[in-house]
Parts: sequence; C-alpha cells; structure tokens
Amino acid sequence: MTLFNREKAIGIVILLAIAAIIFFTLGSITPAIGFFVMFVIPLYFMKPLPVFASKIDYCSNYLFVAICTFIFIFLITPVLIIIPLSFNAEPYFTFTQGMLNFDPSAFSTRWYEDIVYNGMVDPHGVKNWWDDMWNNAQWIRSARNSFFIATMSAIIATIIGTIAALGLSRSEMPYKALITSLLISPMIVPLVITATGMFFFYSSINLAKTFTGVILAHVTLGIPFVIITVTATLSGFDRNLIKASQSLGAHGWMTFRRVIMPLIMPGMISGALFAFITSLDEIVAVIFLADVEQRTIPRQMFSGIREQISPTILAVASVLVLISIILLTVMELLRRRSERLRGITPG
Amino acid sequence: MSTTKELIEQDGISLKDKLAKATKVQKRRALLLTMPLVIFLLVSFVMPIGQMLWRSVHNPTVSNVIPNFAIAIQQWDGNALPSESVFEVFVKDLVTAKKNREIGKTVGNLATRINYDIPGSRSLFTSTARKAKKLKAPFKESLLKLNKKWANPTLWLSLKRNSKDLTPAFYLAAMDLKYDERGNIVKADDLYQIYMSNFIKTIKLSAIITAICILLAYPIAYVLSVLPLRQSNLLMICVLLPFWTSLLVRTTAWIAILQTQGVVNDILVFLGFLSDDGRVQMIYNQTGTIIAMVHILLPFMVLPLYSVMKTISPTYMKAALSMGARKSYALRKIYLPLTIPGLGAGTLLVFILAIGYYITPALVGGEDGLLISNLIAYHIQKSLNWSLGAALGAILLVTVLVLYWLYNKLIGIDNLKFG
Repeated sequence: MTLFNREKAIGIVILLAIAAIIFFTLGSITPAIGFFVMFVIPLYFMKPLPVFASKIDYCSNYLFVAICTFIFIFLITPVLIIIPLSFNAEPYFTFTQGMLNFDPSAFSTRWYEDIVYNGMVDPHGVKNWWDDMWNNAQWIRSARNSFFIATMSAIIATIIGTIAALGLSRSEMPYKALITSLLISPMIVPLVITATGMFFFYSSINLAKTFTGVILAHVTLGIPFVIITVTATLSGFDRNLIKASQSLGAHGWMTFRRVIMPLIMPGMISGALFAFITSLDEIVAVIFLADVEQRTIPRQMFSGIREQISPTILAVASVLVLISIILLTVMELLRRRSERLRGITPG
Repeated sequence: MSTTKELIEQDGISLKDKLAKATKVQKRRALLLTMPLVIFLLVSFVMPIGQMLWRSVHNPTVSNVIPNFAIAIQQWDGNALPSESVFEVFVKDLVTAKKNREIGKTVGNLATRINYDIPGSRSLFTSTARKAKKLKAPFKESLLKLNKKWANPTLWLSLKRNSKDLTPAFYLAAMDLKYDERGNIVKADDLYQIYMSNFIKTIKLSAIITAICILLAYPIAYVLSVLPLRQSNLLMICVLLPFWTSLLVRTTAWIAILQTQGVVNDILVFLGFLSDDGRVQMIYNQTGTIIAMVHILLPFMVLPLYSVMKTISPTYMKAALSMGARKSYALRKIYLPLTIPGLGAGTLLVFILAIGYYITPALVGGEDGLLISNLIAYHIQKSLNWSLGAALGAILLVTVLVLYWLYNKLIGIDNLKFG
C-alpha cells in the first residue's frame, strides 16, 4: 500500500482547504490544525479501492473510515488526555490558557511531588526523609498495599488456577461444563453481591479488615482470568508430548516441570498478569472488606474523587496508565512468544 | 441379552470392565486436579453468597429479642387483642431485652425491624422498653395506659408475622409490595415504590449501553479484521490500552473531560456552540453514566466480534457482490449472519457486566444515574437493612445467572478469550 496515491492527494488538498476556511473564519490556528489532524488520519487507513470504484465509493469509504477513526479516538483519548492534564500548574481539571499556548510556566510537576509529599510529616526535611516517605506518605502506603495484595493474590490464583486448568483441559474430565462455569462465575456475578457476601462471611470468621481477607477475595476474583488464559494455552498443547516424556521414564512431577510447564509458561504468566491487574484495579471488595490499614490505590482514588478532587489523582492516574502500557507490552511479547512456540508465525 | 460375546482378557476380567476401571482412574485424577480450586471457590465464594441469600428470607430479630413472646403470640388468632398472658410475656421479655447489649438482640433492633413494617413505630418500642420495668399486672391494661398505640391490632399482627424466623417480607419490599393490616399482600405506598422502577431503569440503561456498544464496536471490529496486521496491531492498542487501564483512571478521565469546566465544554465554548454560562452538565447524571460505561465496556464487545470477524473469508462478500447484490443487501444477508456468534457473545457479556455495575454509577451517576447495585450497597453499608439488601441482591443475581446460563448455552463459556 502506498502512502500517497492520487485519491489520497486529492483528499489532503480538500482537507487543507477546509482547514484554511476554519482558520480564516475563527481567526485561530489551533482548531484548524485540530481539524486537519483528525480528518487526515482516516486517509492513512483507507485501503486502495478497485479501479472501477466511483467517486461516491471513495466518499462513502472515507466516511466509514472516518467514523471508525472517531470511535478509536473516543476509546483512546480519555486514557491519554489525563497525562498532559496532570502537568497542570493550577489545581484545575482542564487545560488552562497558558497550557494551550505552550507556556512553560503553565506546566509543573507539583502534583507528582504531591503524590510523594501528601501525608508526610516533613516533606522538605532532610533527616529521615526516606523513612518518612515510606511510612507516612498516603499514596506510597496505598501503593505498597496495592502491590503487596496484588502480588500475593496473583501468585495464589496462578498456582491453584493452573492446577485446575490442567485438570479441566483433560478430555476425561467429568462435569466439565458445570465446573468450568463455576470457576468462571466470579467474573460474571455482580461485584456488589460477591463483596457483600464476603463481607458478612469474613466478618463472621474475623477475616474482614485484614490483609488475608482482601487477598482471598482478590484470589477469587482473579481465578477466572487465570483459568481462561491457561486453558487457552493448553488447548494448543500436544498431549503426545506427555506420553513421550512418560515413555522415556519421567514421572509425573518431572513431566510437569520439564515438559508441560515450559510450554504453558506464556499462558501462565499472562494469566498471572491478568490476576495481578485485576487485583490492582479492584475496588468493590476493598470498599467492603478493607480498613484504613489495607487502603489500596483505587480505594484512595475513590475517596479522592468523592471528597477532595485534586489533580494529584490525575498524576496517580498517569502513573497507572504508564504501568498498564508496560503490562500491555509484556503481554504482547508473551503472545508472540507463545505463537512462535506453537509454530504460528506472527505477522 | 446382547448377542456379541464379551472379550475376556487372560486374567478373566472382561476388557470392557478393565477399560471402565482405567477411565475411572483417569477421571478421578482430572477431578482431583480441579478439586483444590473448586473447594476454595465453594468456601470463599459460593458459601458467602449463599449465606447472604439466606439472610434475605431469614430474619430472626423478633425471636432473638423477645424469644418467649415469639412463641406465646402464635396462639393468638389475630382477632381483637392478644390475651393477658401474652401481654405478660411481652412485658417480661422487654425487661430482659432492655439489658441485652449484644448486636442484633437489642430493643433497638426490634424497633427497627417493626418500623420497616409500620413506619413510625420505632419510638413506641424504645420508650415502652425504658418504662417496662415499672409496669404492673394486669399488664394489658397498664401497657395500654402507658401508650394508646398498643391498642392497635395491626401492631400485634405485625409482631406475630415477624415472630417467624423465615419471612418473604423482604422480597415483597424489594418488589414494592407489602402486607396490609390484615396480612394480605398489596402494593406499597407510592412514596416507597423505588425498587421496581430502579430495576427497570437498570435494565433500560444496560440495554442502551449494550446497544451503543454494538453500534460502536461493529465498525471498528470490522476495520480491525480487514486491515493488514501491521496497521490493525496499531489500532488494537487503542482497544487494549483502555481495557488494561484502571477503571478508576478511566472514570477520573471522564470526569475531567465531561465536567462543566471540562475539556468538552471548553471546546464547545471555544468553537462558539455554547456560551460561557450555558455550559452543559454532562456528568453526575445518566448521560455521564452511559458515556463512561460505554467506554469501559466497549472492549468487551470489540474483542469477541473481532475474533469472529477475523475468521470470515472476504470471498463470501465478493461472491455476493459479483452476483449482483448491492452492498447493503450483501452485508445484511451474508456478513451479518456470519458475525452472529461474536455479536451474541459481546451483547450478553456487556449486558451482564452493565447490569451489575457499581463503581462508575457511584462516581459519575449523580442521583438519577444510580443503578440497582448502588441501592444494594446503600442498604448494606448505610441503612443497614441487610435483609432487604440481600433480597435485592438475590433478584439481581438470579437475573444475571439466567443470562449467564443463556450465554453458556448459546456460546459456551470456554470460548471466552482476551486479547
């Protein structure tokens, strides 16, 4: 596909003309540039049409691609827009005039500093600064809780989830449909119901308002993701390999350790990542089950949004977006690796 | 009798039996592997929910607080007032209950419980309990002297009804029904009819959200499935990044974008569509809930659609076009039916997730954007009418489980995939 053919060149010229009209009527360059950028993107994604295509075909095709582009923009903008907003020098949730004119003084990292400083006894002190930050800063404490809970629940969910997936993917498995739907159901049952049930139950056995309680709840909620990803990996698994390993004298554990595990590792890791991010993002169970001691990042954001909405939340959100970009990249690499292992070449 | 002879092995056992034995062992092994998780889920997930549902029909407040009365009242036929002996037991029970400080067994609990039935009766119980010690026989007379409201047979009927530990009262309340004075089931007063309308609103909003998701997801899933891999991978990020981003982050982002001083309003004002003081309220109402939830649930529609569309060969459409079908006709008759599995999966998934949503409506819903989950959370956390919360939860759960069963039947849960 060539980037420039005749039709696309015509399209660009038309768009430039409209942008120029916008510029002269509004007298400002920003909307004109905005318009041009937004409407030129669909051109890039347009496929070359067959030779017999008429002008109407081109127009309708462009319209379709343009609509799709806007839907993609709708999807991605909210995630990305908070990043520039979080560098606002003013305590507002919107772009100030200074930001629009790219005035350096309109940008600041004060909200990022606030993530660290908020709750500290002496943010600008020299003595015991690290200690103070590690133990007293609210967001840092929530982050520590979040990562602790997410790591623990991801590990537990992956271990018992993988074992169960090994059983489920066997052809001899009895009551397969019933058990699978039970194992997936934590994802389907409304979180409020799950959290309420757990709140009463864990209260009665003194697990509410403890880390154990929250971790157990998150293991439950992460299980379906582990099951789904690991069984998907196992579905492409050649069972003859197990027989081969056994015929060569390997016993059960060795077969698992040396043959099965290396092959399903990508699935296991992506399952673990799913469980990790589910726990990291989970809030309903935390609202019901956790105390101030177990406060996590989402919980802190939740009360932040309700009580004292400040751009610090946007700064935290930007950090979280960065984390999800990293996780997404890891997942994509894992997917490619798994495809390579299974002999499917990625495009 | 079968005419075929059974194959017998050398050790005298038929091959069939041996095979059955071998597969039995295999089956047991497979089952054993899943057991740790199944047991874990039964304990940490199924049992708590079951326990909560039990709470919706089981409310032993009356028999906990005034146990002897709860037995004695059963002999009363419901006409006029109970006999003197019942009154005596009642007063004596109240005296002992007054001393009880255990949660769920105080006079306050009893008063709250009857207050659900007969609004305004709360103070009657608490004030009587304070003075119960001084009451002398004949108890019937002195109680009526203390407060004339005790002469109301409705009160005693309500006490009798609630003396039974098992009660459908909370389901009635959840369906905007109640018992009248005579114990018949009637519609609740207009003021209290909030649950059914909320259920209907929840279903309506979920349906709207699902419909918008279909409209938005269908074209982009199509584009993703036909573009060359290099480009579609780039666009796939637009779908997967929101999917992987924290729910709270996305909700926060929508608040930043949609609020009256937010980005969208700023742009509209800047372009001259709105005046500076005519900014539109787009968040903290139903509109905000719908926009934010569509954004959050859209990937759940795109991904199943995409995985189905990727398997559809483009030659089908070309064949239809080459035989003279117009594009719209070919789309309707050829392409759409082929995408039904993905469409069904996405629709059910989005609807199931939307109907039980809690966080987003709680944050951006304002007052009219609240869904049934928010009401359940309210009853569990704020009003502490746990049984009513549980009853509402049970109705929601049954709705979701029916949809889940349908999903399993039509699509099969093992076909669910991410990314």
